[in-house]
Amino acid sequence: MKSYGSVKALVGVDLEVAHGTVLGLLGPNGAGKTTIIRILTTLLKPDAGVARVDGLDVVRDAARLRERIGLAGQYAAVDENLTGLENLTMVGRLYGRTRAAARRRGEELLERFELTDAADRPTKTYSGGMRRRLDLAAALVANPPVLFLDEPTTGLDPRSRLQLWETIEGLVAEGTTVLLTTQYLDEADRLATEVAVIDHGRVIAEGTTDELKDRVGGERLEIRLDDPSRADLAVGALASMSDEPPVADGDLVTVGVRGRAGAIVEAVRRLDGAGVGVEDIALRRPTLDDVFLALTGHAAEADQDEQVAA
Amino acid sequence: MRRLVTDTLVIAERNLVRLPRAPELLVAFTVQPIMFVLLFRYVFGGAIKTPGYSYADFLIPGIIVQNIAFGGFVTALGLNEDLHKGLIDRFRSLPMARPAVLAGRTLADVVTNGLSASILVLTGLLIGFSFHTSFLQALAGFGLLLLFGYAFSWVFAFLGMLVSTPEAANSVGFIAVFPLTFISSAFVPVSSMPEVLRGFAEVNPFTVTVDAMRSLWLGAPAHNNVWGAAAWAVAIIAVFSPLAVARYRRAAGQ
Repeated sequence: MKSYGSVKALVGVDLEVAHGTVLGLLGPNGAGKTTIIRILTTLLKPDAGVARVDGLDVVRDAARLRERIGLAGQYAAVDENLTGLENLTMVGRLYGRTRAAARRRGEELLERFELTDAADRPTKTYSGGMRRRLDLAAALVANPPVLFLDEPTTGLDPRSRLQLWETIEGLVAEGTTVLLTTQYLDEADRLATEVAVIDHGRVIAEGTTDELKDRVGGERLEIRLDDPSRADLAVGALASMSDEPPVADGDLVTVGVRGRAGAIVEAVRRLDGAGVGVEDIALRRPTLDDVFLALTGHAAEADQDEQVAA
Repeated sequence: MRRLVTDTLVIAERNLVRLPRAPELLVAFTVQPIMFVLLFRYVFGGAIKTPGYSYADFLIPGIIVQNIAFGGFVTALGLNEDLHKGLIDRFRSLPMARPAVLAGRTLADVVTNGLSASILVLTGLLIGFSFHTSFLQALAGFGLLLLFGYAFSWVFAFLGMLVSTPEAANSVGFIAVFPLTFISSAFVPVSSMPEVLRGFAEVNPFTVTVDAMRSLWLGAPAHNNVWGAAAWAVAIIAVFSPLAVARYRRAAGQ
């Protein structure tokens, strides 16, 4: 538990991450994701409760724990006036390595993150994606078995995002355990083995992203008819495709399909057979907003007075 | 303990390496003190009576103490910036000695303060200042000066961790320290001030330190000011370094 004055940032969070897997903490701004990360990385002391990372207690064994974790934050924490190599060398020396060893490790990581060409440039000249990569590299200096990534791709362009995802997947394949916070369902979908949805400092749902989507109702077909008066006909034709009855709203008919392959073709064939003309048809995947709407009844927006927790 | 020393040196090196890459700070260390010396010497100097000394001799120990007290503002700015950019979070997640971030920062100030003080003395020598004492006494003066500057670096370290923006760190530091430096014997003899101000000026650590500098560089009567000044510096460090470290332990880059 953690509270700031009268604001309770975390209220009884119970989480477990298996070795070599990725747990995604999913939630809107101010939900308490960053507070969880700050407690687990020894930056904050919990007011109550116990947390262990890699078998070490975050309060009693804080000093030893810091040797075994890496943290990459939502603000790329690198010194803008130092070069990429100087930044990594500094971090390596602060892990207790000699200057030469720290420098060697820095060069190795720059190579791995495709930053060798920019090694000797001050990082203020780096692009957003390059800074995030350097920040992640800094978190990996000591080969930590546990990695904390606080919104690693927020604000990145799609290409840098994809690159970072691939890097993270590589680390997990090598056996790193990752705790990741994100506001994006697709990011959790791609990277996380398990997901915990956080809202107002509590875990409101846990499971794989597929399980979460099922709770939201899975994937849906959205069909726009060219003639709204035929909606009843369309609902009748599609009814046996899903466990739940299709819903008609004007010229829009929605039917849950639980990710069935070929659902579009099947629906078009049925509607065609019933003589219903289709204007547009699309398979819509649930978004974080859908998950939140289904789980909490409110959309995934930042709540002003909860910002304290972020 | 060994970790504290090496980590402190790593952080000090980091702060010195980045300095030439932020030219506006270098200007603050070099051009600004020269400007103040010239202004005081040639604008006010003619109107201020300093019995027993030329104004150039009187001024240099005073202005150099004022200048070194402000040398620590780089620490306040730098720490505040580190806090907001998430670097303090990174440092606090590393298995490094906890006080090293602050100790390294303030140690880097000693180097820049030394540079700045040397430039001031050279400027002084050009406009008529001269040492009236032995080489060893002059050297002792430099030592005292750096100790005093180091003490104020801890005051600024505390301020930098306390306030919410670098701009606030700058203005709070300025408002707190600037009057202290003026209500002292740095620029005018204390005897010329109204009674209330004089009472304050006489116990002001700036007066004690400036008078100690004058005795070490000009041979003015010491009145035990040298030990008094050293005691002030040690006391300031003893109070503000634990405060700053405590603040750092709880710091959260929000």
